[in-house]
Amino acid sequence: MNAPNSEPNQAESKPSAWSPPVSRMKVTDVPSGAKNLNVEGRQPVSPLQGFGQMWQKTFKVRLTGVSLTPAEVMEIWKANFPKFQPVENRFYPTMSGLSPGQVVLIDAKVPALPGTPSILPVSTGVLVMYADDTTVTVMTPEGHPESGWNTFSTYEEDGCIVAQCQSLCRPNDPLYELFNRYLGSSAQQDKIWIYVLNSLAEHFGVQGQVMTGKILVDPKVQWNQAKNIWQNAAIRTVIYFVATPFRWLRKPAVKENR
Amino acid sequence: MTSEKIQLAVRKASPHTSVIDIKGEINAFAENALMDAYTQATSQGARYIVLNFSSLDYMNSSGIGLLVTLLIRANRQKQRLVACGLSEHYQQIFELTRLNEAIVIYPSEAEALAALS
Repeated sequence: MNAPNSEPNQAESKPSAWSPPVSRMKVTDVPSGAKNLNVEGRQPVSPLQGFGQMWQKTFKVRLTGVSLTPAEVMEIWKANFPKFQPVENRFYPTMSGLSPGQVVLIDAKVPALPGTPSILPVSTGVLVMYADDTTVTVMTPEGHPESGWNTFSTYEEDGCIVAQCQSLCRPNDPLYELFNRYLGSSAQQDKIWIYVLNSLAEHFGVQGQVMTGKILVDPKVQWNQAKNIWQNAAIRTVIYFVATPFRWLRKPAVKENR
Repeated sequence: MTSEKIQLAVRKASPHTSVIDIKGEINAFAENALMDAYTQATSQGARYIVLNFSSLDYMNSSGIGLLVTLLIRANRQKQRLVACGLSEHYQQIFELTRLNEAIVIYPSEAEALAALS
């Protein structure tokens, strides 16, 4: 893990920082514009359940000159979380925001091949597993491109506020692993976190340099998890879109039968 | 502002079993201390490692991430990692994070050692 030099005392927010146990994800309200595909009823997964190699990736930016506390920076980050995402990666927090136990829906577009435009839709979501004053960790559901956790945190290092995104994940199934290793998905995901940190830095008027660190935690693939492909959110989202005209045609027919 | 708030002690419970007593907080700062304790346990010839959480004050999501990396290291060395002394709250967190599927939890150290023997 990439240890920060300092971390706030979390005693005050201890009881409520963790989500209660969630066996199946439940979407309580669907924000306007969100699709809520591939999330409802899915089990949240950890880095232990995925298929591919486990990577720990750390992205951080120093917010030089920002005179806020790490908690104040995190408060702004949480409030603007969807705004700091790239346009092809739309986040839809519920009204409760990034609080423990809440589900954040995601509608993303990914390139089919490296270097091509992001046109393939992927609808998914994440569960807020942990949230305190300076840290938010989200957990992915079955079918998500990654199996594991993404942690967004702020801390002070050498008198400077640092904002960090850290993921501890495996690709969820063999197809995602293939795309991750050979077809640029990993680099695409890296670009998203770099974009997020640059957006945050720009919000504070800082031209930050995002630093990246990657550790291959487990080089093995877990063949016993190959079956996860059945729930692949990318495949299911494409099927959903392809089937949309048929659903439209079916609706009047169903009404007439009544 | 705080820094490392963890104290770890490694004990040899049997020729092939070591116990790591964890006191304080497991957060991102605990990495070096935890990995040093693991290395010490391994150098004692441990095939089984019991993480004793009975004096744990707090663990955040970075701490859970550390346990995952520790588990992977232990698995690669063909060692078995188990836990004991977790409060009900942290048992729920093991359940939430699905760590309980990879690390067996025993109520007490005595029960963990009995099961491993």
